[in-house]
Amino acid sequence: MAKATLTFEDIGQSVNVPAGIRVIEVSEKIGAGIIYGCREGDCGTCMMHVTDGWNNLTEPSVLEEKVLRENMAGRHHRLACQAQVIGDCSVKPA
Amino acid sequence: MTGTPADSSRAPIGAAPGAGLAPVPIADGVHWIGALDPQLRRFDLILRTANGTTYNAYAVRGSDGVAVVDTVKAEFADDFFARLERVARYDEIRVIVLNHLEPDHSGALPTLMRRAPQAKLVISKRAPAMLKALLKTDDQEIRYETADTGDEIDLGDRRLRFLHTPFLHWPDTQCTYLVEQQVLFSGDVFGCHHCDRRLFNDRVGDFRFAFEYYYAHIMRPFKTHVLEALRLIEPLPLQLIAPTHGPILRERPRRYVARYRALSGADQALEPVPAHSAPLRTLLVFYLSAYGSTARMAEAIAAGAEGVPGIRVSLYDLEGGEPGPFVDLIEAADGIAFGSPTVNGDAVKPVWDLLSSLAVVSLRGKVGAAFGSYGWSGEAVPMLEARLRGLNLRVPLAGLRLKLIPTDAELSDCRDFGRALAQALPGVSAGAPASAEPDRPKPVIDFADLS
Repeated sequence: MAKATLTFEDIGQSVNVPAGIRVIEVSEKIGAGIIYGCREGDCGTCMMHVTDGWNNLTEPSVLEEKVLRENMAGRHHRLACQAQVIGDCSVKPA
Repeated sequence: MTGTPADSSRAPIGAAPGAGLAPVPIADGVHWIGALDPQLRRFDLILRTANGTTYNAYAVRGSDGVAVVDTVKAEFADDFFARLERVARYDEIRVIVLNHLEPDHSGALPTLMRRAPQAKLVISKRAPAMLKALLKTDDQEIRYETADTGDEIDLGDRRLRFLHTPFLHWPDTQCTYLVEQQVLFSGDVFGCHHCDRRLFNDRVGDFRFAFEYYYAHIMRPFKTHVLEALRLIEPLPLQLIAPTHGPILRERPRRYVARYRALSGADQALEPVPAHSAPLRTLLVFYLSAYGSTARMAEAIAAGAEGVPGIRVSLYDLEGGEPGPFVDLIEAADGIAFGSPTVNGDAVKPVWDLLSSLAVVSLRGKVGAAFGSYGWSGEAVPMLEARLRGLNLRVPLAGLRLKLIPTDAELSDCRDFGRALAQALPGVSAGAPASAEPDRPKPVIDFADLS
C-alpha cells in the first residue's frame, strides 16, 4: 500500500500513514491540536492550515468548499475531517 | 422617551400573552412589537426562567419604508402580527432584519415573508446555511441578502448599520444599529429571560440576577467573541439597547456594555503572578479515590508536573467540592487531568457530574489527561479520555492505568506522566529549559503502531 508522511507541526510529530487516510484519523490518535466538532464536514471546527504539500491532499468536495467559504477560510485551509492524505504534507490547527 | 403601553397601567406584571396588544414606542419611529411569555419556566432545556421571558421584535419607520427587526417564537406569532399591524401595513415593509435565526426569533418569519413578499430579508454573512436548514427549503425559494460590519440600509431619514458579531451565541448572530436614533438592536447580546410588561429597565422589577444568569449560560462559552463584539459596540453612541429577550435598556445602557466587558475579562484579580517572570501555565489534577490508590497516583502526577518550570499545579479531591467552582477553575486552566477508579466498568459519578458541567466554558486549546487505579477491567480511563476528546480538549498522552495498589515503580511512572503532561501544555515545551532533548526532531511514527 502506498505510504505518505503526514506531519503535525504543532506537536512536531510526523507519522507514516497509508495513502487515502483522512487527517482526522491520525490526528486524534496522536493527540495533535486540531479539534473536531461534527466530524462530518458540516461545522468547520476542524479547519487546519496546510503548510506544506497542499497538492498532496485530495481535492475538496463541493460540500467542503461550501463550508470553507462560509467559515471564511484562508488559502490552504482545509477540513481535517474531510481531507485525505495522498502524499507527504504538513498541517497545523488553523 | 415614551413610556409603557397605555393599556398596561392596571395589568399584572407579566400578564398573559395577548392581554393588550398595543405596540410600545421605544424611540422616535421605533416600536416594540414583540411578545410576552410569562408562563415559561425553562428555556431551551437548560435555563430556568422564574418569571418567563419575552421575545422582543421591533418595527422601525423611516421616510422611505419600514424595517422589521427580528420576529418571535412561532406560538406567539399572533401577538407579533397584531402589534405589527398597528404600526405598519405589510406593503410598507421594505426590510426584514434577523439578527439571530434561532427559532424563538425566526418563528414568525415564514408568515411575515409571505405577507410582505416585497421585503428584503437581511441576515449575517454566516447565516445562510442556517436559514436554509431552518426553513427547510432550497436556495431559490428564499431571497435574502447578507450583511457585514459597516453595511447600511437607508430608510430615507434613518439608516440601519450592521455589526458582524458571530458566535453570540450562534455562528449567525449580528447586531443592527439605528444610526440616527442611536439604538442598538443587539439580538441576544445584553438580553435576559425576564418577562415584565413594563418593558423598560427603569420600570421593571429587579432583573440583575436574570441578566447575570443569562450571560453565564449563554454568552460565557463565547467570551473571546464577546470581546471582539464589544470592540465594535463600545465606540457607538448609545441612547438605548433593544435586545431580543428581557427589558429594553434605556436608562444608562452603557452600564450593561461595561458589565459584559467585566464578565468577559480573565479573572486575574487573585492570580499571583510574580513580577518579571514568564506567565505561569496552570494544570489542575482532579481525582476520586476509594482506597487511596488513585489519590496516590494524583499526588505523584502533580509532583512530577511541579518539576517543570513555569507550571502551577493544583490538586483537588472531587469528593470535597461542587462542580460550580471547579468549572470556574477549569475555564482559566491550561490543562486538566482527571483520575477515577473503575467501579462497575465506569468512572464514578462525581467525575461525570463535573465533565457534564463544562458546556458553559470554552475548552478550546486546553490539554486533557486521564488516569486511575482499577481492580480487574479499568474502563474508566479510556472512557474519560473519549469524553475529554469529545469536549475538544487535546489529549496528548495515553491515559495511565494501574492495577490496584501502586508500586514505587508505578508511582515513578506517574511522576513521569505528570512531567510529560506539564511539558505538553501550550507554550511550555517551546520555552522550557534544555532539560530534555532540545530541537531534536521526534522520530517518525508508523500509523500501524498507534493503538
